[in-house]
This record gives sequence, structure tokens and C-alpha cells, in this order.
Amino acid sequence: MSRAIAEPESRGLLSRHDLRRPGTSILVRTIHVLVLVGVVVAGAGPLAWLAFASLNTTQEVLRDPFAVWFHADEWSNYTAAFGTIDIGRYLLNTVVFAVGACLANLIVSTSAAYVIAVLRPRWGGVLSGAILATLFLPGIVSLVPLYLTVLDLPPFGVNLQNTYWAAWLPAAANAFSILIMVGFFRSLPRELIEAARLDGAGNLRMLWSIVLPLSRPILGVVALLSIIAAWKDYLWPSLVLADASVQPISVALPIVGKITDLSVFLAALFLATIVPVVLFMVFSKQILSGVGASSGLKD
Amino acid sequence: MSTSIHRASSPRERIIRWRRRGGLSALALALPVLIVFGYFSWKPLVQGVVMAFQKWNFVSDPTWVGLSNFQYVLADPLLAVAVGNTLLFTVLALAFGFPLPLALAVAVSTLRDRTRRLASFLAYLPVIVPPVVAILLWKVFYDPSESGLFNSVLAAVGLGPFPWLNAAASAMPSIVLEATWAGAGTATLIYLAAITSVRPELYEAAELDGAGIASRIWHVTFPQLRTVILIMLLLQVIGAAQVFAEPYLFTGGGPQNATLTVMLLLYRYAFTGGDYGAATALGVLLALVLAALSALYLVITRRWSE
Repeated sequence: MSRAIAEPESRGLLSRHDLRRPGTSILVRTIHVLVLVGVVVAGAGPLAWLAFASLNTTQEVLRDPFAVWFHADEWSNYTAAFGTIDIGRYLLNTVVFAVGACLANLIVSTSAAYVIAVLRPRWGGVLSGAILATLFLPGIVSLVPLYLTVLDLPPFGVNLQNTYWAAWLPAAANAFSILIMVGFFRSLPRELIEAARLDGAGNLRMLWSIVLPLSRPILGVVALLSIIAAWKDYLWPSLVLADASVQPISVALPIVGKITDLSVFLAALFLATIVPVVLFMVFSKQILSGVGASSGLKD
Repeated sequence: MSTSIHRASSPRERIIRWRRRGGLSALALALPVLIVFGYFSWKPLVQGVVMAFQKWNFVSDPTWVGLSNFQYVLADPLLAVAVGNTLLFTVLALAFGFPLPLALAVAVSTLRDRTRRLASFLAYLPVIVPPVVAILLWKVFYDPSESGLFNSVLAAVGLGPFPWLNAAASAMPSIVLEATWAGAGTATLIYLAAITSVRPELYEAAELDGAGIASRIWHVTFPQLRTVILIMLLLQVIGAAQVFAEPYLFTGGGPQNATLTVMLLLYRYAFTGGDYGAATALGVLLALVLAALSALYLVITRRWSE
């Protein structure tokens, strides 16, 4: 944009004038190079090392961890990861957990935000206050009672342990998703809602044919963030999805690691990162702007 | 408000009118959030406080035991160790993890659009890696033998080999190093978003007054970011105080309890010892400390956003 006409340059910390001074220019360039090398080494380095190391034998990795780049051809590690430690099943379990958590998150956060930001009933303030409060109360108090609730769901006395519901439902109690949605729904043009109301549209119809179609980008952000959050989750699923048949990969890896050859285990670690990293590569724009915007919401 | 006008109407008529205005469907739409938060957020929070005053034995109903859970927790010699370690983790996490993202964000903000996006992407990549994978991978990096990855890097400049996670003195700093790597991306992006929204006129004016780059960062950028900086500081403290996965998976609390944190102690009470009363009592104590911090956070941010 600023390239078209040089005059009204959108400047930041540095000005053209700064960069014209040779000393400053060299300093700034040096810092830029250092920062870029730093984020490449720290950001991409470990994952790149993992990718290459997972194609070496255990002996090769242990003997010289910096030589892994040169003989990355041990594809049998991946065959073994899928064969002997059945990593495919754990990945599938993680997909089931993450997709369910995402759907539950979307249903709860959309309907709640619609009530709070668009319908605005008299009790809406109390509801949003009660939801917001959970952001500030540390989760540690509720860990044990939450676990007991899942073991014996009152009043039905159902035990949800080792069913995905035990992970999906608590993941949906996410005040942060609701906060993002409320912020977006508040920015929708009020006239649109009033006009629909005058046309006799009911609450559900307004949600379905006006609010939701306008909210696709924000629904995408909430969906992505909840999928990645589920993929990263460890403590809670380790308590309620402990059985090997339902274990997500994060829960399985520390157990599998104790009984697996290092090279095969590195292949398993790499497989566990592929889905979130690919999601991030494809949707980096949405995810990065979502993270950046989260600070604005708290002001 | 409307009741004053329709004072004569019967409760039945009022309910009908409420339904016509969509009051019933609004309530129906709120059901998912009410059920999910009721069961999995609000009820456990209240129950957590109640359970801190109870004894559970899984055979009969829980009995009230007054403050004895708190007495038990406070008398446990491991509590002081855990509190000390958690404080150490928090201090180190701030020392490593607070200035780094801020400096990185300032530097990245001066990059051109394209390179800035690339740098943001790379800085956030560690946040996307599942923590369990990151921890288990760093455990390989921390191999204490001479051919371990970090040790062979340091050997090239004549240092080490270091025992990393295997020695009481270096275990906690090693854990914090990984945690900083894993978490710095989020803070960097939040700072970056705040920095790019600083109005250019402010820099313009400072520059006309003869302020150099360092002085502009100090007198323009940082003051403009003070709310965000404060929020991030407190969120980092609150997050650090509840650290679990890193010490649990790296060291299990060892060596010699050098990485036993409060959260790890709580986990042991509850899921190794089955003492739910002690676990919830410890949870309440930690929550009180963090609630005090949150209250401070609310007061200060409210004052500053006015």
C-alpha cells in the first residue's frame, strides 16, 4: 500500500530518516538478521530436527545428534510406529476428541453469545457475569470435583469416564470462546436485527439466517482454536480418557515412550505434531490474528 | 419497567406476553451454556470449596471435618518445598519469559510486512506443538551424556557437559527454558498486535523532539503498551503458579523434589493418595492467592483503561 505513493508512508517505530543514517541502518539490519535467524532456529529448528532424526536409527541419533541430516532414510521407523505401537489409533482418538470438542464449543458459544449480545434478555447480564467470572477463578479448585462429577454424573449416576463425553463437555465450558463470539456479535449492525424483527422473524430464524451467515470468519477462528486446544490438552484427558481404546495421542505418548525404541518414538512424536502444524500452516492468518486480537478483548 | 404500565395484567397474561416476545426461546437457547457451565464449571467450583472441609472415604457419605484438611496440608513438610519450587519457577519464568517476547515483538514490528508475517509464524510455531510432544522432545535434547544435543552444542564452545534435568540445581531452570520456548510466541503476538496499533504521530512527534530509537521505545512504545504488559505479567504469574505438565513429564517432581510444584503436590494428594479433601484444600489455598492477584489485575486494568 505504502509503496504506491511514497509520501504518506505508514511508519512505525523507525522512520525513513533513521534508515538513511548509515550507522542506524547497519544496526537495524543486524538486529533484523539476528531476529530472523533466532526465530528460524528456535521456531523451526526443533521440528526440523525431529523430522530428520525420526528417519535415523536410534544408534545414529544417540551417537551424533547433528549428523541426522545426512542419513535420513530409515522409513521403517514409521512402519513400526503405525505397526507395533499403533499410533494410527491414537491419532484417530485425538481427531474424535478434537472434532467433538470443537462442535460442542461452537454450539455452546454461539447460542450463549447470541443470547447475551443479540437477544439481551433481562437476565443476560447475570449470565455473562457468571461466565466471565470463570475466567478469573483458577481451574485448580475444580479439578478434583470435576473429576468426581464425570465419574458419577448427577442426578443420573452415569459414569462418563473413558467416553469422549467426559472430554467434550468440559471443553465446551470455555468462557474464552464465548467472549470472542460476544465481541463479534456486538459488532453486527443492530439495524439488521431490528429489521428482521419487524419482518416477524423469530429468535431461531434470526440466528440461523442472519447472524450465523455473517459470523463465518469468527466461527472458523473459534473452531480452529478449540481443535488446537484439544490437540494440546494433557492433564484432563489423562484422567478421563485413560483407557488405551480412547486415549488421545498426548496421553498415549508418555506411556508409549517408556517401552519404545527411541527412533520409533521420534517418528511417533513427529506424527503427533503433523495435524496441528498443518492446520497452522493453512490457517496461520486467521489463527495469528485471533491470538493478537485476544488482548484487545480483555481491555 | 413495563410492569408499571401493565400492573393490572395477571401473571398468566404476563407469561404469554413474555413468550410472544421470544423470552421462552431465549431461555431455550441459553440451555446449552447453562447445562455445560452448570455441570462442568460452576458446580465443580462450588463443590471444590465445600470438599475442602470434608473427608471422603468412598464407602459412606462424606463427613464434615472442619479445618483439618487445611491443617494437614499446612503441616505437610512437602508444602514448603512445593511453594518454594513454584515461586522459583515463577521467578525464572518471568526472568526468561517476560523481557524476551517484548523485545522480540519490538524488533519484529520494524520488519517489512512479508518478513513480519514470516517471523510471527515462526515465533508462534512452538505454541502449536502439543506440550507433551515438546516436553518429550526436549527430554531428548537434555540428554546429559556428552553426545546429548544441547551438550554437544555447548561442547563446541568449550562448555559442559551439563546434567540438565538430572541434577537438583539445574532441573528447574531446564524446565523453565522449555516452558519459555513453548509459551513465548503467544506473548510476542499479543505485544506485536499492541505495538502495531500505536499511533504513528506519537513516534513522529518524539522524533521531531530529537528522541533516538531507544528513547522512542522507552518513552513511546512501552508507555503505550502498559495495560497489555501488565495483563501479560499477571497472566504469566497465574499460569506459572499452576504449572503441571512440564514438571510431571520432565522429572515427576525430582530429583530430590527439586521440581515438585504445588500443582504436582495437589495431583499426588488426589490421584496417587486418593485424599480428595487435602487436594481441594490445597487448591483453595492456591486459588485464594491467585484470586488476590486477579483482583489486583481487575482494579489496575480498570483504572488504566478509563
